Amino acid sequence: MSNTVFAPWDDPSERPLIKFQNVTKRFGTFTAIDDLTVEIFEREFFALLGPSGCGKTTLMRMLAGFETPTEGAIDLAGQNIAMVPPNLRSVNMMFQSYALFPHLSIWDNIAFGLRRERMPKDQINERVSEMLRLTHLEKFARRKPHQISGGQRQRVALARSLAKAPKLLLLDEPLGALDKKLRQETQFELMDIQEKTGTTFVIVTHDQEEAMTVASRVAVMDHGKIIQIATPDKIYEEPNSVYVADFIGDVNIIPGTATPSGDDTFAIQWSEETAPLTAKSAIPFALDETCHLAIRPEKVAITADKPDDATNAVQGKILDIAYLGNSSTYHVELTNGAVIKAQTANTRRISRRAFTWEDTVWLSWTATAGVLLAS
Amino acid sequence: MQRFFLVFIPYIWLVALFLIPFAMVLKIALSDIAIAIPPYVPKFDWAEGIRAFLAQLDLENFIWLTQDDLYWKAYISSLRIAVFSTLCTLLIGYPIAYAMARAPSEWRPTLMMLVILPFWTSFLIRVYAWMGILSNEGILNQFLLWTGVISDPLVILNTNTAVYIGIVYTYLPFMILPIYSALERLDTSLIEAAEDLGCSRISAFWLVTIPLSKTGIIAGSFLVFIPTLGEFVIPSLLGGSDTLMIGKVLWEEFFSNRDWPVASAVAVILLLLLVVPIVLFQRNQQKQQEAEQ
Amino acid sequence: MTRMSWFNTVSLTLGFAFLYIPIVILVIYSFNESKLVTVWAGFSTKWYGELLRNDAFLNAAWVTIKVAVVSSTFATVLGTMAAYVMVRGGRFFGRTLFSGMIYAPLVMPEVITGLSLLLLFIGIGLDRGVLTIILAHTTFSMCYVSVVVSSRLVTFDRSIEEAALDLGCTPSEAFRLVTLPIIAPAVISGWLLAFTLSLDDLVIASFTSGPAATTLPIKIFSAVRLGVSPEINALSTIMIAIVATGVITTSLISKRQVVRQRREEQEAERS
Repeated sequence: MSNTVFAPWDDPSERPLIKFQNVTKRFGTFTAIDDLTVEIFEREFFALLGPSGCGKTTLMRMLAGFETPTEGAIDLAGQNIAMVPPNLRSVNMMFQSYALFPHLSIWDNIAFGLRRERMPKDQINERVSEMLRLTHLEKFARRKPHQISGGQRQRVALARSLAKAPKLLLLDEPLGALDKKLRQETQFELMDIQEKTGTTFVIVTHDQEEAMTVASRVAVMDHGKIIQIATPDKIYEEPNSVYVADFIGDVNIIPGTATPSGDDTFAIQWSEETAPLTAKSAIPFALDETCHLAIRPEKVAITADKPDDATNAVQGKILDIAYLGNSSTYHVELTNGAVIKAQTANTRRISRRAFTWEDTVWLSWTATAGVLLAS
Repeated sequence: MQRFFLVFIPYIWLVALFLIPFAMVLKIALSDIAIAIPPYVPKFDWAEGIRAFLAQLDLENFIWLTQDDLYWKAYISSLRIAVFSTLCTLLIGYPIAYAMARAPSEWRPTLMMLVILPFWTSFLIRVYAWMGILSNEGILNQFLLWTGVISDPLVILNTNTAVYIGIVYTYLPFMILPIYSALERLDTSLIEAAEDLGCSRISAFWLVTIPLSKTGIIAGSFLVFIPTLGEFVIPSLLGGSDTLMIGKVLWEEFFSNRDWPVASAVAVILLLLLVVPIVLFQRNQQKQQEAEQ
Repeated sequence: MTRMSWFNTVSLTLGFAFLYIPIVILVIYSFNESKLVTVWAGFSTKWYGELLRNDAFLNAAWVTIKVAVVSSTFATVLGTMAAYVMVRGGRFFGRTLFSGMIYAPLVMPEVITGLSLLLLFIGIGLDRGVLTIILAHTTFSMCYVSVVVSSRLVTFDRSIEEAALDLGCTPSEAFRLVTLPIIAPAVISGWLLAFTLSLDDLVIASFTSGPAATTLPIKIFSAVRLGVSPEINALSTIMIAIVATGVITTSLISKRQVVRQRREEQEAERS
């Protein structure tokens, strides 16, 4: 089973499709991309995730050819494309605004790139029909972009950029303009199309849920650097820094100092009044080294009495309750003033809430529930 | 390469047909008059070089302008006419723009078009139309005599009054349009809020509507003031022999007196007069653009 | 919308009366039988007949139209280029001077523009005639065209051009196949503006025309200086009729397009 998993990045014999080698991009004195190296493999669905201004869009525009790197090389299938103009690259892009040509019909929009290649007419017809089928747009071929809905426009933009069968497809916030429900449906559609066509996709997004859903690997960026590249589950469960842990999902960050206490195990001194916490970590920490324990709220159990067998247990008072429908998040203020979030799934429809405001409760978690991060 | 041509062609065109001619005006303004064709003695010879040019440079024509009080009077009178007619245009244009902005929204495009339409029709014809109305036997006098308001025809044509009427009439669209666009953007709930907070209708108008349409008022005023200052057609058709406007003086200096150096010097001074309002106007436009972003 | 207050109704009525009554009177008196413009002597179209037999006017009209067509076409090409350079050109040597030269003619008094061009034409020994008027008109109307076109280019979604490049267009193909069709309405209205400015211009044409070439405004001006004449009224009426028809038709067409587009957009969102 394990050998069928798609993971070319773990295979040293695989050659990457795209390779950024020490790429730096400066706009005047502002450094948008800072000495960045990254490899993207064929058939990958690669997500660039980060807050606005982190450099993810610049990175994508360098792939498309709209920006040239100040330093470094960009290889596409073994060729340095850093100075190749956009019209000569076998890379296509789906724009955030879709950038459909308003004066051309849907059919002509999709055929636009094929016509530039001087493709014979019958082949163009065939290819455009194929694209219309793939994106379920057959009925709208003769319409102009303003005559179709936002979701349909998004699919036209996708069909147009896929029509030339590029080696690499770039998607710039492709679902940003759609409402939430349509966005979720379209995410699966995108994955489906990516699988069918076998094209390598690079998506830029600031929506972590979207990146986690569609991508095979996610690169979290900040200030022109990649902080972590990993599969979505690793990004969530094994973040390599406080920044990544905090950026993806909800998390409790407990700062303290580490004391090695046996086999990959550390005691974390974090408060004068409470006992040290215990956490396992594969990364070694020296005695008294400052560290941060990151624990996801859903991994913290909340009980009325002190659990007997818990590795870590702390007492506190409920400060706030956020009822989210599928789950409830409790904000618990500990005796030392720290606030820890704990989340429980609401698995039953009709049940009285076990806890209410001002209740005294116990929070507990195992030694492996959290991740120990260097500061 | 393509980009080079794209920049180069319009650039060269403007340098050749705007910048160089303008430099020539400056040069001739510093030359002496001569009875010849062209009727001036050039002061500047490239072979002699800049030093010789600077040594020769004389402000004779400008000194002449300060000595002959015709020019003084013409500048002052142009300024006065421009300021006063801009004020009149504002007082007439503002209520029209205000009423347009308050009109039902389905009327507004039509009203807009009615304001713009005269702008597309010939300026000369619109000025000419008033000649038939304002003359001693004109429609206005006939009407007033018929109603018995006056017993002798009023002399309006060929006076400054006719010039004011002509300016207000031809430049009114330039005043209405920027004020209208400022007022149309104005959120009516702001006036409701002002009234809710205790303003009367009139004080809400003074405290909210006027300040928020300020950029439109300023833009419109400059759009009227700047071209009025150098106006030629209106004073020469509607004005009389005592109507002094600098555009007319320049024209006469050039075509009747054939004194090109003095005409050029008049042009240079007129331009200097215009620099301040043009810079202020640009700044107002920039501020408005920034506010819109 | 509530009904308009009496104050607004009165100011609109008076305002539009002020704008249109002079024109209406002008048109009415063009059908006057009498030579005296101020005395109504019955309906007649004889002045239109006179006008058609007046060769001087017809020649001037022909010169004016030739000048207007040629100069507005040149002005549109140059003005569009200038607008594109200003909005998309990035930095180049002398950019500030360039933008100054684009905007200055808009605020420059016509007498100065005319005077300076005349001095240039004499300085280089160019005979004044149709050519010099065309050069002069092209220069000042290209600036108006460039303002109209660049205001459209500023609101233009740049990624549409990038999409064309991305799909394999060279920069010039992208301009021809994508940018130009989209900004076409602005280019056309720029042309129309340049055309009417040229038709209308008296001052610059007076400076730059020679005895061989007289334009209609120059002809009208010299006739009108002597006083009001019914023939000029007739000529004005014809010009007003042409312009009004043109402006009203184009605004109706563009209004219909806007309404249709909005309706189709709404339908698309509903389906």
